[in-house]
Amino acid sequence: MAPPSADLKLLGSWASSYTHRVQLALKLKGLAFEYAEEDLAEKSPSLLLHNPIYKKVPVLLHRGRPVLESVIILHYLDETWPDVPLMPGDPYDRALARFWCHIVDDKLGPAVGAVFASPSEGQAAAVEQVHENLRLVERELRDGAFAGRRFFGGDKIGVLDVVLGCGSYWLAVFEEVMEVKLVDPEAFPLFHSWLRDFEEQEEVKAIIPAIDRLLEYARGVRQMMLGLSSQQQ
Amino acid sequence: MAEGASEGLVLLDFWVSPFGQRCRIALAEKGVEYEYREENLRDKSPLLLKSNPVHKKIPVLIDHGKPVCESLNIVQYIDEKWPDRAPLLPADPYARAEARFWADLVEKKVCIPPPPPRMYESGTKLWKLKGEAQEEATKEFIEMLKLLEGELGDKKYFGGEMFGLVDIALIPFTAWFYSYEACAKLSTEKEVPKLVAWGKRCRERESVSKSLPDPLKVYEFVCFLKKVYGIE
Repeated sequence: MAPPSADLKLLGSWASSYTHRVQLALKLKGLAFEYAEEDLAEKSPSLLLHNPIYKKVPVLLHRGRPVLESVIILHYLDETWPDVPLMPGDPYDRALARFWCHIVDDKLGPAVGAVFASPSEGQAAAVEQVHENLRLVERELRDGAFAGRRFFGGDKIGVLDVVLGCGSYWLAVFEEVMEVKLVDPEAFPLFHSWLRDFEEQEEVKAIIPAIDRLLEYARGVRQMMLGLSSQQQ
Repeated sequence: MAEGASEGLVLLDFWVSPFGQRCRIALAEKGVEYEYREENLRDKSPLLLKSNPVHKKIPVLIDHGKPVCESLNIVQYIDEKWPDRAPLLPADPYARAEARFWADLVEKKVCIPPPPPRMYESGTKLWKLKGEAQEEATKEFIEMLKLLEGELGDKKYFGGEMFGLVDIALIPFTAWFYSYEACAKLSTEKEVPKLVAWGKRCRERESVSKSLPDPLKVYEFVCFLKKVYGIE
């Protein structure tokens, strides 16, 4: 039986890890929704209307009202549909989850993006930044807040798994396109095994685009960026 | 006296920090007792470095030995730990999402945490830059305040009748308006009168008036920083 209509519409982009976070959360909660793919080069009137300040995806429309920013959307979904909770119950654990989600968006994400955007001279420094951030995560998995857990959420995927996981697939893509080693299983064994377990989940497999598509996309963007920078010389 | 912080609540803070003030306001709203510890940011305590190894920054709230870092995270933690009084977020999930969005916007536009020695991005440019660069920064700053004023509208607080997360996120920065105005020749009263009025209303709350520094003291601090950075 199809889940009852929750009157949900998601404006997203197929290659956006922020969009994937929301899609994954909706899937984990068993919520039906309508999906609209945005052409980020030509944003729809709907996107511009509902997110006038940032003009970005994802935008979740619930009964026509917009919820913006992927992590805020995850909290909203959790509070509106509390079955299959993404956030832990205890206030301290919740604070930890929020803190680490912020690290992903504030430090690790931009570091990974910088590897992709850097010209060859800057690459070594950019890669080291990624490693520095991965070391933080590895340490927490080894003997910090998340020690001994299969997922950051415990036995099941939680909000931090969704936030960190949807985006970590870019690591393998960039490794190939940029010919760099970002996640050495020997240097980051716990992160590596967590990512592998995450990507094995049925719901995750259904959401993450095929690696070929991601590779093609990344190569295209990289070419364009290199083309732009050579024009500026 | 035990060096560790295993007893009760300890807030590691720095007097002029708007981020620390957010936490003080939230704790005061909830009527929660805590120990305030002033950090010397040029000589950070072992406790601070141990409690916030990732950022090594204040504020840090240590609850019976367990540290919570990042000011808005701390405010939400305080709200969830003491849910029985003075709620800082509304009950309705959609209203909560809106509050989180605007608090996040204040983070992104008013105070992107920059690496040292810069502080409080947008406003900081006003006293650090000169000439055309300062004019540009002033314009940007006013635009950002107007955006916030637009959201406030004619409401008493950002959350309506309820003083909450967004108010707490923004109010500490109003103690810096005097300094920005002195350095950059702008008038917040003229540009964003509704926001200025909101600031006055917030300061009528004891939690705010007790937590915010005297704007003149902030100005003294800014002048000191200007000397340190060699800005005339």
